Amino acid sequence: MTGTFAPAPGAASPARQVLTQAAMEARLMLRNGEQLLLAVVIPLIVLVGAVRGADAVGLDLSLDGQSPIDVLTPGVVALAVMSTSFTSLAIATGFERRYGLLKRLGTAPLSRGALLGGKVGALLVVELMQLAVIAVAAVLLDWSPAVDVVGVLLATLLGTCAFAALGLLVAGTLRAEATLALANLVYLLLMAGGGVVVPVSAYGGFGDVVRWLPSGALGEAMRTGFDGGIAWRDLAVLGVWAVVGSTAAARWFRWE
Amino acid sequence: MSVDGLVMRYGDKTAVDGLSLEVEPHTITAVLGPNGAGKTTTLETCEGYRRPQAGSVRVLGLDPARDRKALLPRIGVMLQSGGAWSGARADEMLRHLARLHAHPLDVGLLLDRLSLHDCGRTPYRRLSGGQQQRLGLAMALVGRPELVFVDEPTAGLDPQVRREVWALLDELRGDGVTVVLTTHYLEEAERLADKVHILDRGRLVASGSPLELTRGGTVATVRLVVTQPFPPGAPEALAAALGDTTELTVLDELSLQVSGPADGSTLAKVSRWCEDHDVLPESLALGQRNLEDVFLELTAREEGA
Repeated sequence: MTGTFAPAPGAASPARQVLTQAAMEARLMLRNGEQLLLAVVIPLIVLVGAVRGADAVGLDLSLDGQSPIDVLTPGVVALAVMSTSFTSLAIATGFERRYGLLKRLGTAPLSRGALLGGKVGALLVVELMQLAVIAVAAVLLDWSPAVDVVGVLLATLLGTCAFAALGLLVAGTLRAEATLALANLVYLLLMAGGGVVVPVSAYGGFGDVVRWLPSGALGEAMRTGFDGGIAWRDLAVLGVWAVVGSTAAARWFRWE
Repeated sequence: MSVDGLVMRYGDKTAVDGLSLEVEPHTITAVLGPNGAGKTTTLETCEGYRRPQAGSVRVLGLDPARDRKALLPRIGVMLQSGGAWSGARADEMLRHLARLHAHPLDVGLLLDRLSLHDCGRTPYRRLSGGQQQRLGLAMALVGRPELVFVDEPTAGLDPQVRREVWALLDELRGDGVTVVLTTHYLEEAERLADKVHILDRGRLVASGSPLELTRGGTVATVRLVVTQPFPPGAPEALAAALGDTTELTVLDELSLQVSGPADGSTLAKVSRWCEDHDVLPESLALGQRNLEDVFLELTAREEGA
């Protein structure tokens, strides 16, 4: 058969599909105002606000001889990773379910693995941009880290996997509005009391509990990474959350 | 494509009840039925969204649930609504789906053919209903499938665009694509379809070409629409007056239809009956049956059963 619509079916290669999906999702995330607020503006306000605010009221945030900016910046990077891979992802996926997008992609020759790979790829792209913006602002505030690249990369990767799995679990089981509310609430609670921005040692005895949370583990892993080390224990905690979260999401995620 | 003894239930409600039907390659097949007849459930089972609870479904020789990976590149699906990111532009959305396929159609050409070129830069959420509808069709076609499922492709389109979509579906068939469509517009099925399957309450109630279905052994029909509901017992009196050679179907409280060897004397009997029962006709027409008549008769009879 010939003609404009003569059938020529076939799927693109999995690698191309993952790249296409990641590029599309990253573009949409960066285009969305609320998402950008969550991704960049809030972490910057936390960073600048805490350092300047502490100065203004004469509060001493320094820890173990580190200056406040050196203590806070890794925490703010961890906060940015959490906001993107948990809150943004959960909200976006919740509305994708609502608007039939997952159904649509479910009839395109796109496997679940490629869809997931695309989502994680998009998260990493956005996180890289967040890291760049936060790092520039922090350096302007005299940040002088001793980066262990592997430590930071592992913290970012495992933190993203753990929070993305939990975000998908929420998005795949609740209605879009409930997902929106819960994802924001959890974000606020963990930002305030989850050991992300402020080291778990600041929580006293409660800090031992907080360190088992994905937020506390990510915060500690990030702080160690930017202080020239690799926090294997916290990375392991993130790994366990990633496995538990993905298993639960795979079990309970509903596509419509 | 074949469906054999398909049964689908939601809770204690049976949506599809032992349905069997065939779709020939390179044809347009219309699936008609009132709301809740099981059209969408049947289609979604063929698309692999649902597993048959009983019976079997084969699409392009494959089992849609088990061989999903092999089947998906070969079919195109147009959803009834949605299926796009609200912030994605129309051309961006279509281009995205094109990139997931190995040999996609040219996106510009497809936008042109569906009169979407002017709104290519518009975010999905700001497209009109008709534009979203056409983008949905474009998304089903962009991967150059062998078989497309289109769910109410022209609902809410203005008459001119509807004709463009019909021409496009016609061209698809000419180019060797098999089209399965559900529709509420009987005119659409009559004009486009090689074969029509009428569903009611999850069962197939009639099948055939539009011509076969409308011929149906009946010479003609008389259709009466009145301004006030029929008085009690009046339709029965009319049936008795007309005799056994014709069949009277009450379509709803304001309209009825007589089919059989209807002629001028049938018309005269009906108008005399109107006078006797003080019924004011709004219209009284003698004509050949069309698909709508067949559809209404079949589904109305089911109501009474």
